[in-house]
Amino acid sequence: MIAPPDDCLARNEWICGAYLSTRREILGDAVVQHLQLTAVSVALALLLALPLAVAARRWRLAAGPVLGVTTLLYTIPALAMFSLLLPVYGLSAALVVAGLVLYSLTLLVRNLLAGLRAVPEETRQAARGLGYGPVRLLLAVELPLALPAAMAGLRIATVSAVSLVTIGAIVGHGGLGNLIYSGMNTYFKAQVLTASVLCVLIAVAADLLLLGVQRLLTPWTRGRAA
Amino acid sequence: MTTLADAWSWLTTSAHWSGENGVWHRLGEHVFLTVVCLALSCLVALPTAFVLGHLGKGGALAVNLANAGRAVPTFAVLVVLLLSPIGAYGDWPTIIALVLFAVPPLLTNAYVGMRGVDADVVRAARGMGMTGGQTLARVELPLALPMVLTGVRIAAVQLVATATVAALAGGGGLGRIITAGFNLASTPQVVAGACLVAALALLVEGVFEGLQRLAPTGARGSGA
Repeated sequence: MIAPPDDCLARNEWICGAYLSTRREILGDAVVQHLQLTAVSVALALLLALPLAVAARRWRLAAGPVLGVTTLLYTIPALAMFSLLLPVYGLSAALVVAGLVLYSLTLLVRNLLAGLRAVPEETRQAARGLGYGPVRLLLAVELPLALPAAMAGLRIATVSAVSLVTIGAIVGHGGLGNLIYSGMNTYFKAQVLTASVLCVLIAVAADLLLLGVQRLLTPWTRGRAA
Repeated sequence: MTTLADAWSWLTTSAHWSGENGVWHRLGEHVFLTVVCLALSCLVALPTAFVLGHLGKGGALAVNLANAGRAVPTFAVLVVLLLSPIGAYGDWPTIIALVLFAVPPLLTNAYVGMRGVDADVVRAARGMGMTGGQTLARVELPLALPMVLTGVRIAAVQLVATATVAALAGGGGLGRIITAGFNLASTPQVVAGACLVAALALLVEGVFEGLQRLAPTGARGSGA
């Protein structure tokens, strides 16, 4: 008879090197799924938020409903949001993405709108005086000036999305949340802690990455901040 | 549409409202958790924020705390607490996790509100001979009230949401109706539970908005 190995896995310790080396593949897959879910939902939310914010900026009447509905969606707890979408999407990754899109929408629309509204009227008139049409005014003047506010919203939305993906474990598509969920049911401490720490690391890395992108995209704000 | 009709008939079945797994009991747990934790986190966060804001120290801490709170998944903290020695003490993992997530918005908003008070007003108060404590209580606090109330509102809604997630980790509250529905593969029950949670969250948001409107004129305002 072979004696059970006496390593940190057998002793069920929180921090366990053997867990990292033996479950590398599972961890890798979970991280990839986590990143995919986050990236797809934030990208989709950005695509949806842009026209909504521009419309709310153009037509005063649209601003109230757009902000009202997105704030309403933001108030609904994540678990309830995923559950409400269950009849539409079933137990799928699309369900988690749809829920996250609805969440990110609020943050993105608000920040985009705030950025667009902060563009000085003089700047807009100057551009019009130079012969800019409405489309070129939006793309070449208003959007670049709204970029810092929009990026701030994007960073908050991304960090929140990374953390909310874990709730997707309820439908089996939660990236690292799946590992936390199964680790909870089996009292597997190393798995729970490793997945949780990885989750926070992803959020911090994503935030720093977006901060870097923001610096690259808005070189004109760099001198002022220092 | 049939799912919605089924969810409605689930909600209108009186058997689903009574008993230990019934809606009333779960709703009671949810509200109890929310209220207790809101009181606890206000006790921790608000005095700290008032003192820090009055002294003008610890600004970086107060602001970064909110960002850190967003990056740490509620669910992960709950499970880590549950598997730690604290997990043996019934509701405590849930309560600690809830308080941890309610403190950042309270602290940050109260601190920002305190720092947003016009420095000239504070100087005028000092010139009139007010002591530090008097300035804090009679000048800074009333002026910071809108931001403080906004923080309390955000924290309350956050608590309702976090108490729902607690059900994933075996805690009580309305989330249990949702998780039980998933375990039974009963979509109507899942949707019915989700509707109840969403309604509660919106109700809490609405109540606090009403309170802010009722507050004295000076406390109104549209804090972020």
